This record gives sequence, structure tokens and C-alpha cells, in this order.
Amino acid sequence: MNLDPRIPDGPIEDKWENHVNHIRLVGPRNRPHYRVIVVGTGLAGASAASSMAAMGYKVDAFCFQDSPRRAHSIAAQGGINASKNYRNDGDSTYRLFYDTQKGGDYRSREANVWRLAQLSTQIIDQAVAQGVPFAREYGGMLANRSFGGVLVERTFYCRGETGQQLLLGACSALAQQIHVGGVKMHTRSELMDIVVVDGRARGIVVRDLITGEVTSHAADAVVLATGGYSNVFNLSTNAKNCNVTATWRAYRRGAGFANPCYNQIHPTCIPAAGEHQSKLTLMSESLRNDGRIWVPRKKGEQRRPTDIPEEDRFYYLEERYPRFGNLVPRDVASRNAKEVCDEGLGVGPTGRGVFLDFRDAIKERGHDVIEARYGNLFEMYKRITDESPFETPMRIYPAPHYTMGGLWVDYDLMTTIPGLFAVGEANFSDHGANRLGASSMMQCLADGYFIIPSTIGNYLSSHPYGEIQADHSAFREAEAGVHALTDKLLSIGGKTSPAAIHRELGHLMETKCGIARNKQDLESALKEIPLLRERFWNDLAVPGTGAQLNQALEHAGRLADFLEFAELMVLDALTRDESCGCHFRTEHQTEEGEALRNDDKFAHVSVWEHKGTDQKPEMHTEPLEFEALPLAQRNYKT
Amino acid sequence: MSRTHFYGTLVGKKVVVAVSGVILFGFLLGHMTGNIKVFLGDEANGVPKIDVYGYFLRTMGEPIFSYGQMLWIVRIVLITALLAHVVTVILLAVHNRNARPVRYAQTKRIAATPSARFMMWSGLFILAFVIFHILHLTTGSLDPKHFVQDRVYGNLYRAFHNGGFVVIYVTAMVFLALHLYHGIWSLFQTLGLDNPDRNKRLRMFAALATLALLLGFASVPLGMFLGDMPEPPNPANLPPPYGGR
Amino acid sequence: MKFRLNVWRQGSEQEKGSMQSCELDEVSSDMSFLEMLDYLNETLISKGEEPIAFDSDCREGVCGMCSLVINGQAHGPMKATTTCQTYMRLFPDGSEITIEPWRAGAFPVLRDLIVNRSSFDRIMQAGGYITVHSGPKPEPNSVPINQQVAEESLDAAVCIGCGACVAACPNGSAMLYTAAKVSHFALLPQGQAERTDRALAMVDQMQTEGFGSCRNYAECEAACPKAISINFIGQLNREYIRATAKPCNARGQMHAQ
Ligand SMILES: Cc1cc2nc3c(=O)[nH]c(=O)nc-3n(C[C@H](O)[C@H](O)[C@H](O)COP(=O)(O)OP(=O)(O)OC[C@H]3O[C@@H](n4cnc5c(N)ncnc54)[C@H](O)[C@@H]3O)c2cc1C
Ligand code: HEM
Ligand code: SF4
Ligand code: FES
Repeated sequence: MNLDPRIPDGPIEDKWENHVNHIRLVGPRNRPHYRVIVVGTGLAGASAASSMAAMGYKVDAFCFQDSPRRAHSIAAQGGINASKNYRNDGDSTYRLFYDTQKGGDYRSREANVWRLAQLSTQIIDQAVAQGVPFAREYGGMLANRSFGGVLVERTFYCRGETGQQLLLGACSALAQQIHVGGVKMHTRSELMDIVVVDGRARGIVVRDLITGEVTSHAADAVVLATGGYSNVFNLSTNAKNCNVTATWRAYRRGAGFANPCYNQIHPTCIPAAGEHQSKLTLMSESLRNDGRIWVPRKKGEQRRPTDIPEEDRFYYLEERYPRFGNLVPRDVASRNAKEVCDEGLGVGPTGRGVFLDFRDAIKERGHDVIEARYGNLFEMYKRITDESPFETPMRIYPAPHYTMGGLWVDYDLMTTIPGLFAVGEANFSDHGANRLGASSMMQCLADGYFIIPSTIGNYLSSHPYGEIQADHSAFREAEAGVHALTDKLLSIGGKTSPAAIHRELGHLMETKCGIARNKQDLESALKEIPLLRERFWNDLAVPGTGAQLNQALEHAGRLADFLEFAELMVLDALTRDESCGCHFRTEHQTEEGEALRNDDKFAHVSVWEHKGTDQKPEMHTEPLEFEALPLAQRNYKT
Repeated sequence: MSRTHFYGTLVGKKVVVAVSGVILFGFLLGHMTGNIKVFLGDEANGVPKIDVYGYFLRTMGEPIFSYGQMLWIVRIVLITALLAHVVTVILLAVHNRNARPVRYAQTKRIAATPSARFMMWSGLFILAFVIFHILHLTTGSLDPKHFVQDRVYGNLYRAFHNGGFVVIYVTAMVFLALHLYHGIWSLFQTLGLDNPDRNKRLRMFAALATLALLLGFASVPLGMFLGDMPEPPNPANLPPPYGGR
Repeated sequence: MKFRLNVWRQGSEQEKGSMQSCELDEVSSDMSFLEMLDYLNETLISKGEEPIAFDSDCREGVCGMCSLVINGQAHGPMKATTTCQTYMRLFPDGSEITIEPWRAGAFPVLRDLIVNRSSFDRIMQAGGYITVHSGPKPEPNSVPINQQVAEESLDAAVCIGCGACVAACPNGSAMLYTAAKVSHFALLPQGQAERTDRALAMVDQMQTEGFGSCRNYAECEAACPKAISINFIGQLNREYIRATAKPCNARGQMHAQ
């Protein structure tokens, strides 16, 4: 497997410009002859598809929702970072680079991170030109807020719907291109396979989710923008239908999968109420600014939370991390919540929850101030739980939220399969082992608006267009494979619904490969996953046929991939015998319980290569180099 | 953009409904103020003031226009507006029916006022009433026994001492009010004249204007029927052009 | 909790559908409406019966995918709330619940409770954008935008494109959706160059798709999960009248702006 990242020469701050200056171009007359497929219309996909189409490429875009605008990106709330330094508080490209690199616990590629920081400001310019109504100050200038524990205010936002507005911006550009014929949009279409001929990606096979029809689409390059795989945990903050299918099937076709074990857990989510919970709702992290986190000191506490006196409350974050208190980073907060719940101190019907209490804040600042700050969030919480945070403490618990792992890509965002690109959360991205708040959207849009439209030309220009059409035998074979899989799923004839098995997988992954991991659990998970997979293939019930709108079939197909992927994720977690960022191996921690990296052995990207069904995958590494920012240990205690 | 295209669109059609509605509404305001002259009594020469007003309507525009011509121009404007209004709302209603070919098994309305929901019914009732009203008090062909051309006060006096007519007229005015309570607010919305700050006041205006028209119009039949109104003068005693038949 | 559910079942766009009922027991009051349906579907699947098809994705009220008419109300009984954010505790134990798809000629049913809303996308494609390509752009702070105007534009832009406005409208009108889209851009300085064409094109497309006309009932506003105000419909009408009244040549239009 060739893992040459092809990082351009020159000093880090000039690499991107140098690269763009020397990149091979496709001339404007030639671009309409090149067909590019973009799978996914989230921030990354919509921006990529519209930008490339505007340049003149013929783009086919796909998504499984009924409209491109409904991609999971729509749910992002908090904001998007950019080092504009409008606050004059010392922000700069370097500072954003530094924060991202440090936040990612030094597990990302420096050159990519620098480029991301450089491009961040252009994203804001682009979005404003598209009509994204960012929050403004009274003088009419763009407003900023602070986000995610960094020392500068660089987050741009539209109330709590920043993702929605940015996605609508990208989708409006997409709509314009659909209107003028630059993009052909295929909605309710699920990618089923990627077709590789002579070692290069030539197209995809999709299933029409309304009619069940399986069709082939040929192109000169394929871009995957299919998002993250947090739903391997079943319950996560991701939209219900987010899946690993596209990236997994690319992996099976030879694309290297990088760092699958890196997934971020968000500390402030509403805990599951019971068995039938279908997703976890994120509550803004800003709540930690005023709320105090605690659990009862006694196991099996029966009193109502408001009746528990001060001395029986365990403010564990404040006690353990006096300097940062309730504002410790996401992973530290999450881990501690899990620990106290493991000790049996958790609250709520499932025992997996901790209190986030606004009593003191209300006393100190007054009801009105708290209402003004968090009124919306409190209302949302009440709607879901039927409890008012003004009267009783909120209950929160960490939930899987974002996946830093994904398809390995080089500096041009190309995977190990030539002609197959990955953008957005689907690639292994620039966030290393942990992502800063408000940085994902930044990466998705940098990839889509600015990077891929340039770098794709580098690939396309070295190949003639239209070499292979959808009538090529490779497409027939792939289609046959899709039909075979569908038939197999439909013919199991068991009793268990996909949802039930997904719940089991989620539970397994959460307990054994979740917030804190250890060798023993991971090894046992490696044994249990194949068993669960066997149950799936023997006892699954999927009513109906493949020639109709069949949601159980869709779920089954995605779950089949999760069941395979889960094993790779656990294997990676086991192999990465260190703690870094969100990947916390309990065997490796500092005295204060911080993640303890092992830079000598693990300062690399782990890239997995598929070796065939039921074969152990092979791991390759891309070593990481640290020139612009030397390695340092993270410390939030002092 | 051509005018036919404007009328061809849903928004354009609604503008036509609103503009014709405004014309009709303006007419109603004038008509109502004219009507309540019945309560003003007689001129010094014994002619009821409303008869004088009626004469004025027929002679307005003189000498540029001849007798009754200006009134006919106004009538044509009104008939055109009414036709445009009615034809357009029917076209829209047909379009809207097609917009939902399969109905709901269960529906629950929360925001639409009864006034809004029954626009078509109140409108059709008004249309029927307008025809009835013209036949009754303009041409007199409905009840020729009690009708004398141009003797406004007398005609009203005789008509509204018949309880049946009073009921018809007052009911029609209730329907008119129902129509206008929604219609007057709605036209601001249709013409894009609303805005978040003005909206409350527009609702208020619609309510007040509706109430004024309802009371103004209904006062005539009710006043005639219940009140102690003077009998109409004997035409023989009146100077021309008000008498001497 | 126990419920009697009357649900619209329909095999495909071509087939005829009908209301069918079933009982569902052991529903928890903490379940969301869609979790209740998930639960029903799981029981159906393990019995080998076909589950009820319904759309959803984010399940937090922002993607606009979920779309059910519950007891005659689009998105159910709670104000400013999507179906996915509606909880079973709102329904009295033992009651009967009627569940239907959005009904509109422009939203044909694809299966059970799933409808085709691509007509909304085509309205957007007709003009719901500011034509800009990716690449260097002017510094955004060089055009200050009044804070309140930016907020008002966002009030319109938060539309999640769910279609509840159409579903709730007795006339099957898409004016609130189209108005939200047109107003979002019309209020911003960036949206001015295409303001006229946008209003004309989007209104035309709305009609071509077969949506009804607005009678200002305000049912849409009451059903809208984002509580988008019908004042935006006023604004759309204003934009449209303005667009038709404008001088026909583009230079005249630029001056008028
Ligand atoms: C609740 C929440 C809040 C967040 N808040 C923030 C924030 O404040 N700031 C921030 O920066 N980030 C935030 N994030 C993270 C961020 O939203 C995501 O990482 C980002 O939107 C991912 O975008 P994407 O374009 O890569 O993929 P997605 O938006 O996930 O899009 C995936 C696309 O791929 C398509 N697709 C997937 N699989 C297939 C398939 N098999 N076949 C066909 N199509 C397929 C889908 O239809 C969809 O169009 C948040 C995330 C969550 C869950
Ligand atoms: C004196 C007579 C009338 C007046 C003053 C009047 C006034 C109005 C006004 C102001 C509106 C609101 C327009 C808008 O929404 O912008 C309206 C709407 C309407 N009118 Fe009338 N109207 C009159 C007669 C009629 C008649 C005779 C009909 C018969 C069919 C009618 C049917 C309607 C209907 C159905 C609407 C609603 C149209 C829609 O919103 O689609 N009206 N009217
Ligand atoms: S206007 Fe409201 S109801 Fe209509 S599509 Fe938008 S969010 Fe949904
Ligand atoms: S499922 Fe996304 S809004 Fe309801």
C-alpha cells in the first residue's frame, strides 16, 4: 500500500501556494468532458460538487436523503472557526494551526493542518457571499464567540443553527448548478459499491431507495463525502441514518482505512431514557460555563436531587481538576462521567448519567440571566425529558459524536485507490486524535470549496476522459454483487430486527471500545463481534422485497457493514497501545489520569488494508513529522 | 413580464382579488355613508336629504357628462371589479382543490378564523344578495308595488316595514362583515403592505372597518323597522325634480 | 401506555392506499413519537410483517426529514415542534392516534407515510441562491449588515424545508416555504443583484409544481416547526409585485435598488 502523502516542498506556510502554483490543470474547454461523481451532499459534498461543477466539470451527486439539504451536517449547532482575528485577541493562522495540532494530541499531518488554518478565513468570505446570515454585532460587523476551550474568540455562528445555514449556503450553490445542468442530483440513492478498473476508481453502483433498482454510474473520478461512522455505537449524536457503508465498501475495494479507533465522545448529551432510545441529543457545551457537574456521594441515593445536601454531593470535576473545574476538555469530562457511573454513582433511570446543576448559577446570577443564556436549551431539554432545569438538575451523559478516523488520503485528498477521493468527516482528516469544537465544518468546507476543486485537476489531467463507460463488465459484476447481497439479506428469514442487533452492537462497542478502553475488553470484543455477526446472518428478519422502498433492508445493509467495521475499529484500538486524544487506553495514563502518549512507537497514522473477507487486515503506517510544532504533553491540571 | 403572465400566476391572481376587493370595499364605505343620510331628515323644502343625495349621484359630472353617465361609469368599474373578483376567486378555488387531490381522514384547524374559512360561502352569499339588492331597490322589479323610481327614502321606508326584507338585509350584512373581517386584513398581506410592526394595527383596522360597515348598513333596515322614522312625504308636495309625478 | 393507531398504508406511488389500525401496548411516555413507531416496526418485523415506512434522519428537529400528520395536525399537537421532537407523554393513555402522510398533489406518497418532496428542491433550483463561485471573495466586513436585518434574514433562513406548511394549509399552498426562501436573500445586501429574477422564478416554479394559492389562513405558521411568520408571505408578495412593477431593463432595476 502506497502511503506517500505527497506533501509539497517548501516551508510549511508556503506549501499550499506552491502546490497550487504547480498543480496540473485541466483547461476550461476540457473540463466538461470529465465526469466526477460526488457521493454525499453534506458540507463537504455539496461544496465540492457545486465548486467543481462551477469550474465546468460534469458532476453527478448522490445522497440517500430525499434532498441534498438534509445531510447530517444540517445538525451542527455551535459554529465554525476561522482565524480572522476580528477580535484582535492574537489569533492567526499559526495560532489556529497550533490549537488544532495540540487539540489533536499531535496525531495529525502538519502540512494539512496548516493548510486548513490558512483556508479558514476564505470559508467565511465564501459563506457570506452566498448569503449565510452569520450573527452580526450592532455595528454590522461579523460577531464571534468563544468555543471549545481555546484562548481566542474565533467562532462564527448563526444562533444554534450554524451547520444548517452553512449547509444551506452550500446547497444553494448546488441548486444553482443543478439548475444550469452542471450537477445531476440523484437523491434517495445509496452507494452500494465502488468500481475499480485497472487500479483506478471508475464509478459507483447505487440502489434507488424508492424502486430498489440497482444502477451503475461511470466517471473519471469519484469523491466520497459520506460523513462519519459514529453510529457504530447505535446511539450517537449523529443522524439516524449515518453509516459507514460508503467508506467501508471503498475499503473493501482497496482504500486504506486510517485510525478507525479515533472517535470523539461529547460530554454533554441527554442520557438515554430507555431501551428504545433512537438517538442521543447534544446539548451545547456552553452549559458547562454555568452548570456544576456532580453525582451523589452515596450509591443508590434515593432522595430527590434537590434534597441532597451539599456534603453528600460529589463535584468530581471541581475536586479532581481545581484549575479547570467543570470546563476540562471534552475527553476528560467524558471519561470522568463514565468512571463515576461505573462506580455506581450514576443517576437517572439507567444509572448512566450525571447531574449538571444550575442551582448555584441561578442563585448567583439570577433566573433571568440564566434564562437569557440557556432558555432555548432548557426548553429543548424539558421537551425531551419533561423536567425543567430551573427546578431540578439536568442529567447528562457523554455520547459518541464525531469520528476522526476515516479513509486515508494524501495531501490532494486522494485515497490509496487512484481516482477515489475522500472529503469531510469521511476522510481521516486533520483533527488527529481529537477534534476541536467548531473545526469540523471548517475542514469539510475547506476540503469542498477550495482543496478538492484544485487537486482533482492534478489527477484528471493525467488521464484521458471517458475511458470506461457504465456498460463495462466490471459494473455488471459489481451490480451482481449488490443483488447477491440484497438477496442474501432478504432470505435469512430469522426473527430479529436489524434494530435489535444494532442495539446489541452499540452496547458492545460502548462498553468495550468506548470512552475508556483496555486490552482485556478489546480482546473480548474481538471475540464477541464475530459471534454477533453470525447471529445477524442467521437470525435477521427483513420483510418485503428488494424491488420496493424497504427501510428494513436499508438498515440491514448498513448494519452488515457496521458489524464488519466494528471489528477493525476494535483491532485498531487494541493495536494503538497508547493513549492519545480521545483514544484512552486505561493502561496508559499519567498520574493525574491524563492520556499518556507514546510518541516513540505511535507517532504515526495507522492505515488498514483489506485482505479479503475473513482475513486479518494488514496495518501500514504513515509516520508523522513535527517540524513547525514540536511534540509536547497536554496538561489540563495546572 | 407581460400582464397576462402576471394574472397567470397565483400571486398575480391574488393581487387582482385584493385590488378588486379594495375597490369594492371603497365603494361600500361610500355607499354606507350615503345610506345613513336617511337619518338626516328633510331639507327645508321637505325633500328627504337622501333623495337629494340620490339626485346628486345621477347628476354628478355634469356638465361634462350628461345625466346618469358618471353613475354608469362608476357602475361599470364596480361590475368589472366584482366580476374580476368573483372569476378570480373561483379560478383560485379550483386550483386549490387540485392542489390536494387526496384529502385527510382527519383534520384539525388551529389558526384559520371562521371568517377566513368561509370566504367563499360568505362571498357567494354576498353575490346573491347583490343581485337581489339591485332587483329590489335599484330596478324595483322584485316588489314593484312598493317601488317608485328615484324616491329613495320612500322606497326604503316601504321595504323595511316588511320584516322579511329586514331579515334578509341584516343577514346579508352579517355575511358581508364575516367576509370583510378576514378580507380587509388579508388584502394588506396580499399586497405586501404588512410588516411585523404594523400587523396588530392592521388586524385592528380590519375589525373596526368591518364593524363600522356592519353597523352603518344594518342601521338603515333596523332603524326603519324598529325606530320611529317619519313617513315619506307625499311626492305631489315636493318641487321638481323630486316630485310632481 | 397503550394506543390504538390508525395509520395510512400504501405500497407504492402507483398503488391505492388505505387507513389501517392496530393496537400498541407497553409504550413508554419517554418515547418520542418516532421511537414509538420504531418500536411498533420492530414488533412487526419480528412477526415477519412489513414495517410502516416513514421518513426521519436527524431526530432533533433540524433536517426536516420527518413528516407526519398526527390527529389531523402536521407535526402533531405541540407548537413549533417537529414530529421527531414530539413525545408520547403528550397523548392520553388509551387514546386513538391517526397518522397520515403529508397530503398535497405536489407531494405524492411514495410508500406508507413517505412522500416525495422534490418539488421543494425544484423551487430552490429555480432561483433560491446567490450565484457565486468558489474562490477569493471580498472581505465580508466591508459590507456591514444591520444586526436586526441579519437576524430577520435568519428568521426566514431557519426553515427546515419539511413541508408542514403545505401539509397544514387547507389550500395546499407552499407560500410560507417559498416566502422564507425569497425573504432570506431579499433581506441581505448580497441578495440584491438577483432579487427580481429570484422572486419571479421561484413563484413560477411553485405554481408549476401544483401548489395551491395562499388565502392567508395562517395555518402554515401555526404548523411550522420553526414558527416562521406569515409576515414573510407579505414580504414575498411585496417582492413579487415589486419585481413585476420594475422597469424592464436591468439598469433601471439596479438603480431602483
Ligand atoms: C449534533 C452535532 C453538532 C455538531 N456541531 C458542530 C459544530 O458546532 N461545529 C463543527 O465544526 N462541527 C460540528 N459537528 C460535526 C459536523 O457537523 C460533521 O462532522 C460534519 O457536518 C460532517 O459533514 P460531511 O459533509 O463530512 O458529512 P455529512 O454531513 O454527514 O454528509 C454525509 C452525506 O453522505 C451521504 N451518504 C452517506 N452514506 C451514503 C451512502 N452509502 N450512499 C449515498 N450517500 C451517502 C448522505 O446522504 C449525506 O449527504 C456536529 C455534529 C453533530 C452530530
Ligand atoms: C362587496 C363585495 C366584496 C368585497 C368588498 C370583497 C372584499 C374582499 C377582500 C378585501 C378580500 C381579500 C383579498 C385578499 O385576500 O387579498 C376578498 C377575498 C375574497 N372574496 Fe371578496 N369581496 C366582495 C365580494 C365577493 C363576492 C361576491 C365573492 C363571491 C364569490 C367573494 C369571494 C371572495 C373570496 C373567495 C375571497 C378569498 C380569495 C382568496 O383568498 O383566495 N367576494 N374579498
Ligand atoms: S416554512 Fe416551516 S413548515 Fe414550511 S417547510 Fe419551512 S420549516 Fe417546514
Ligand atoms: S428527523 Fe430531522 S427534523 Fe425530524
